[in-house]
Amino acid sequence: MEGDENGSSPEWLKAAKRRLGRNWPVLAAASAAFLALDLHLGGGGLAAAGAVAFVLAVAMLFPGGGGERVAMQRSEGLAPNIDTLPAIHLAEAVQDPLYIFNRGGEVVYANAAAAVAFGPIAPGASLQLKFRAPEMHDFIARVLADGEPSATDYAERVPIERVYRVSAMPIGEGTGLFVLLFKDQSEARRIDRMRADFIANASHELRTPLASVAGFIETLRGPARDDPKARENFLQIMQNQTARMARLIDDLLSLSRLEIRPYVTPSDKVDLRLLLEGVGDSLAHLASESGVAIEFELPETPLEVAGDRDELVQVFENLVENACKYGSSGGRVVVSAEYAGPGGEKTVTVTDFGPGIAEEHIPRITERFYRVDVETSRAQKGTGLGLSIVKHILTRHGARLSIRSRVGEGSSFTVHFPPRP
Amino acid sequence: MQSQHIMRSFDEELRLLTNQIGGMGGYAERMVEQAVAALVSGDAALAKKVIEDDAFLDEKEREIGEKAVIIIAKRQPMAGDLREIVGAIRISGDLERIGDLGKNIAKRVAAVTEARQPTRLFRGLSALSDLALTQLKEVLDAYASHSADKISFVRDRDEEIDAMYTSLFRELLTYMMEDPRNITACTHLVFCAKNIERIGDHATNIAETVYHIVTGTVLPPERPKEDKSHKIVAPTQQED
Repeated sequence: MEGDENGSSPEWLKAAKRRLGRNWPVLAAASAAFLALDLHLGGGGLAAAGAVAFVLAVAMLFPGGGGERVAMQRSEGLAPNIDTLPAIHLAEAVQDPLYIFNRGGEVVYANAAAAVAFGPIAPGASLQLKFRAPEMHDFIARVLADGEPSATDYAERVPIERVYRVSAMPIGEGTGLFVLLFKDQSEARRIDRMRADFIANASHELRTPLASVAGFIETLRGPARDDPKARENFLQIMQNQTARMARLIDDLLSLSRLEIRPYVTPSDKVDLRLLLEGVGDSLAHLASESGVAIEFELPETPLEVAGDRDELVQVFENLVENACKYGSSGGRVVVSAEYAGPGGEKTVTVTDFGPGIAEEHIPRITERFYRVDVETSRAQKGTGLGLSIVKHILTRHGARLSIRSRVGEGSSFTVHFPPRP
Repeated sequence: MQSQHIMRSFDEELRLLTNQIGGMGGYAERMVEQAVAALVSGDAALAKKVIEDDAFLDEKEREIGEKAVIIIAKRQPMAGDLREIVGAIRISGDLERIGDLGKNIAKRVAAVTEARQPTRLFRGLSALSDLALTQLKEVLDAYASHSADKISFVRDRDEEIDAMYTSLFRELLTYMMEDPRNITACTHLVFCAKNIERIGDHATNIAETVYHIVTGTVLPPERPKEDKSHKIVAPTQQED
């Protein structure tokens, strides 16, 4: 019928086309949609023709705004369910943290992204209690009082530095509900910070080996110019120092890369048993070099945790490597894993039987560049960053590290994975 | 959150009270954070701001105390409601103290940063303050969500803070012995570290109050003490 109508009045159509300009394709689509819908509903196409005629008339009368009106009618035609779509489905589909709250500032709904970013919150809990930072507290109070859309910036320092652009607005008319939406802006801030940290740490830690290399070059060109024995010796030292600088840069980069990753708990399933055996294999060479036997005490059944495989490999490689290097006098390293049963923690412990760590150092050893004994660390090619990488990865995973040690008896490093929520 | 009362206005009053605790908590967290930032970066202006901010917390504590007393007198609440109100009074007291400790850190900024100090002096201190702030955030989050699930971890962390403080004490002592010119700054830093450690204690107090509000029972009294700084003496030789 639509075809008939168009075919029977070509002059009219041409004039209309000129008038409608670039809105034409939209209108054609709308007409088709109306027709399809009408036919689908059992009509003869008459109603659709009427609708098309109306749309065209409107579009011709209002050449400027016509397109938008048509587009609106079209969307109604295409998705008849949009009116009845529950808001909650829409909120769930949003990838940024989102809260819906009432006039009293009580949380009515929080989406999954919000639970991941800020932890679970019970419905009915006060939003101003959850977001206490002065600017957020005032912001929420202002939105509740004015009922006007508004936006602010929100920064968190612990457990990990995060920055958000937060906007709030009332939903619909007279619902008494508001929506609060967080947009993560942390990356830019972290990159800035990373650059500053990198420069501060790198310049400090690289200066020592660099000074030593420079010193030896000077000696080689001067007093030791004709002394082959000293030359060989000095070149060896220089090689060690440059290797150290390379390791340091690797570790710094690896830490910086971790720091700019978004704060989202990795959710892949990882079987710790397989992962630990893999770590054991890759460190077998180092272990035999240090004269250490790595023993495993793993459960019979798979031990799954949520995490990022590569990052967890790095965690356990660092821990086992440390145990081999610093606990080599004990002759063995035990890697054991345990599961406390449903709802309990999963733990992995790396134990060495070496000299142990003095009590006063234990709380500090995960700090960057903190070394218990500078000489031993240098001799073992440590960079002072291994454990801080471990700690950083575990924080990202919502897991924690506990350290027990007794001087003369050895040390054990335990990773606690929380029960899955 | 709680069962509805016949009088809606009572719910309203309770909610206003707890919201004010939230406001105080956010303020206290911010003060500690800024005080330590001012110390590490030697920012005198920021330190001054922190010192001025403290008045707000004092005022709020008074306000909450008065409000709570009025509610108790007017409504004569029982059981859970009474615990909620008495808990609010106690928590506001702890938060006010945390503000004082933050202010004290800010006051020392000028003395510490008079001469530029090496960064290694501050590294331990900012790690310690991160621990204490995480602790404070977790207990206030527990208060916000009315849940006692994470409370037991808070005590573990308090142990960690104490152990870290002891270690930091020892480290600062070493710097003082290395070079007497460090003594002024390090003495102030020891006090700052102690203040942060005390903030951790107040956070633990709040955790206990929250546990009581939520469950009606008291957390078991064991409180292992890791703070062994009272036993530390300067080694007689330069080798530690």
